[in-house]
Amino acid sequence: MSRIDKYDVIIIGGGHNGLTAAAYLSKAGKKVLVLERRHVLGGAAVTEEVFPGFKFSVCSYVVSLLKANVIRELMLPRFGLEILPLESTFTPLDNDYLFRTSDYDQTYKEIYRHSPKDAENYMRFGPLMGQVGMAVRPILETIAPNAIRPSFNDLMSLKSIFNHVQGLNNETFEYLCKLMTMSSADFLDEWFEFEPLKATMSASGIIGTFMGPRSPGSAYVMLHHYMGDIDGSFRAWGFQRGGTGELSMTIARSAMYFGTKILTEAAVDKVIVKNGSAIGVALENGDEYKSDIVISGLDPKLTFLKMLDESDLPEDFVNDIKKFRIRGSSGKVNLALDGLPNFTSLPGNGPHLRGAISISPSYDHLEKAYDDAKYGNFSKEPYMDIILPSVIDPEMAPPGKHVMSCFVQYAPYNINGGWDDTKREAFGDAVINTLARFAPNIKDLILHRQVLTPKDLEKTFGLTEGNIFHGELTLQQLFSFRPAVKWADYTTPIKNYFQCGSGTHPGGGVTGSPGEMAAKKILKIW
Amino acid sequence: MLQYKNSKNFTANTQMKISPFFERTSKLNMSQEWKRWGGYLSATKYDLNHDNEYFAIRTKAGLLDISPLYKYRISGKDSSLFLNRLVTRDIKICKIGQVMYSTWCDENGKVIDDGTIQRLAENDFRLTSAEPNLSWLELNSYGMDIKIYDESNKIAALALQGPNSRDIINSISSKSINSLKFFEIIDTKLKDINVSISRTGYTGDLGYEIWINPDDSLKVWDILIEFGKNYGITPVGLDALDISRIEASLILLDVDYISSRNALIEDRKSSPFELGLGWTVKLNDESFIGSQALRIEKKNPSEWRFVGIEILWEDLEKLYKNVGLAPELPHGAWRDSVPLYNKKNQVGYASSGCWSPILKKYIALAHVNSKYSSLDTILDFEVKVEHFRYLTPAKIVKTPFYNPKRKISCPE
Repeated sequence: MSRIDKYDVIIIGGGHNGLTAAAYLSKAGKKVLVLERRHVLGGAAVTEEVFPGFKFSVCSYVVSLLKANVIRELMLPRFGLEILPLESTFTPLDNDYLFRTSDYDQTYKEIYRHSPKDAENYMRFGPLMGQVGMAVRPILETIAPNAIRPSFNDLMSLKSIFNHVQGLNNETFEYLCKLMTMSSADFLDEWFEFEPLKATMSASGIIGTFMGPRSPGSAYVMLHHYMGDIDGSFRAWGFQRGGTGELSMTIARSAMYFGTKILTEAAVDKVIVKNGSAIGVALENGDEYKSDIVISGLDPKLTFLKMLDESDLPEDFVNDIKKFRIRGSSGKVNLALDGLPNFTSLPGNGPHLRGAISISPSYDHLEKAYDDAKYGNFSKEPYMDIILPSVIDPEMAPPGKHVMSCFVQYAPYNINGGWDDTKREAFGDAVINTLARFAPNIKDLILHRQVLTPKDLEKTFGLTEGNIFHGELTLQQLFSFRPAVKWADYTTPIKNYFQCGSGTHPGGGVTGSPGEMAAKKILKIW
Repeated sequence: MLQYKNSKNFTANTQMKISPFFERTSKLNMSQEWKRWGGYLSATKYDLNHDNEYFAIRTKAGLLDISPLYKYRISGKDSSLFLNRLVTRDIKICKIGQVMYSTWCDENGKVIDDGTIQRLAENDFRLTSAEPNLSWLELNSYGMDIKIYDESNKIAALALQGPNSRDIINSISSKSINSLKFFEIIDTKLKDINVSISRTGYTGDLGYEIWINPDDSLKVWDILIEFGKNYGITPVGLDALDISRIEASLILLDVDYISSRNALIEDRKSSPFELGLGWTVKLNDESFIGSQALRIEKKNPSEWRFVGIEILWEDLEKLYKNVGLAPELPHGAWRDSVPLYNKKNQVGYASSGCWSPILKKYIALAHVNSKYSSLDTILDFEVKVEHFRYLTPAKIVKTPFYNPKRKISCPE
């Protein structure tokens, strides 16, 4: 069956970036259709009631990087944006703990307990990272220029970036260079000595990345995670009430308010290309929709290698996309609990359960976990970033019960022998056992558990190889190289076919930025 | 537990009055920050910062000790006649079980105070106020058949505010409060303890105020905390309340206006019309204190208006960008007088403002000249960026800034 509906824009994928692009384009008066394969919107930013009464932010679980101008321009507070503060990071150790909060003095005293030198340096480190973050932002907010054949506009934006970098003070420039090239462990070693502090801070350099804290390049990923702010306060993290899916829903509501039409359970099979130009899409169920422009919010592999025929694309470009590194490194374990975990080092309920809980006692813990993955196994003792959403938002679980979200590294996509049910459960057991080392009562509390391997992330959420960032955030795949040189400005070799997912500049995380900038680019050239 | 570390070594003396809930609140107050409110020690915040408490009010339920409020019981044959003479609203239409918000004025129609009036029975009322009003009440009751009783110390009170507040009360109340409408009050029992519950508050959200015999105060606190736990009940202090009340555009005595009794000069006094409270003035055939002056003012409107403004983000961001900073937003509510200009001429001033964490907007309440008070008018708001003064545009917007449907709705 062929449909005759004609749209200005069709967006493939109702993830948060696709929805953001849709909202901007509808706001500009375009007739937009969003097609989502699943029954729920949000892509990897989704809330689902996995077990009756227990709601999970199944994949992405915290918010910080969402751009303030996107919030404002799409009027997201009006459509349900409610970001609750996640105020602290708790690192349980075998006989002690490290507990950092948003309170300056409390955190100073706490770090001082472990290392007076680190306490002093920590107070300098935050403002410095804020400065570097400020320095990087204009680069992130520029549409990446074509580095091979720059247009006049590209040259102008390169010039303004050049001027901006020239204007940085020496210290900021030095640290920017270090952060772009070093490993997070090396970088942090220059500042701190207390191992659990360094390990916990370095962990944001490995999230979503197939690298260990000692791998060069991981410092940039750490910086990427430092760039978020909430209400003008840098490095602040939050939890969307109702889970991350509710955040996607606020963007969807905004898009619909501006006139976007959204269809779920509408899986796109192919982009229809005629004479080198995209003219619409064909659905798996046989329906076809026509449009002037097609935008893909999928990752680069799916955008080009699945949605198009290779023969439609230049050969060198196909090679570039095939080489694009998108190795999945993480899994997710979502637990429905009968009560709260009791940490041996800091027993009972308290403010430490209201923020992030990081299982990162040492570099070695993280690096050994990476070693397992390097050789094709899941980590026997993984790194984990945990939150208890129901402590912050009681509606996530039935009264008296709790939900726990464990982001787990490492779980390689290409595991020896391939993933199967037995391995998935063994991976889940490794997670629980590692957690039980610090909170022994956890095993008695578990009512249900959902274990997601990179294979599951790929199958359910369409993340190739289970990579949460639509491609690793390494220097050779950033800015003008994301996802491929010459095609980093949201355009593609196919006329009227654009990209707006996290595989484009400025990369992954719930930022809305690729969606916003792609829409703005399209409106500029339309 | 972490938060009680060292508390056994902590003792403190105070000359302030101690609320009946102090036994609990003092142990929960991790910051040990207190403000003075009506002679009482009142928690500024319980955590080291107020963010979590603010979001409890907007997304869960915040529990606030409001015992410092002044409370007067007015009973007797002439009580409705008396109140009708005292306040600007028509108290005769107030039904039993209803609560009315009102201002009361001096003979020149200038506001003395504002508060609520609960009609508990045909001839039995409770008036709440921000400041002491006993002598004003007594002065104006001369010759009337009423009794005025200062029950400020005899009634403890808690405000439970936020979207989950109804569910918490329903889980422990002998009567369902599902049909209790906005600004109504009922008597009920919370696990066998007699209390009155009014659907009132100072947050602009779904919320209730619970009026309690001080002897039962700790029991009620404990029940609420125990049964509220699963609904995210959170003790909240005045910092979180201050942001909520600005978002709800509710005025505050001594911040947004000065009581006419305390004003040293005429210009410091305000009429209800000048405070955006014209809706509380019922100018019918009967007279009340100040009605004559207010009738005249209604015909010849004052030049002052009370409005809500939004400080526009893009321009503010530019000012900070020029000095190499991201906008530095106020973390809490401020209460300074900030000038507002039209083409370099000052045409008003903001009296309190805050960054609204839920609206993601920088908002303020302001007094402006009526010529510049219509919606969408752009005025210049004074800001200091790195110690230097600048002007940045602010737009007059509709108030309340934040007004969720749940504030007045009832479950079906």
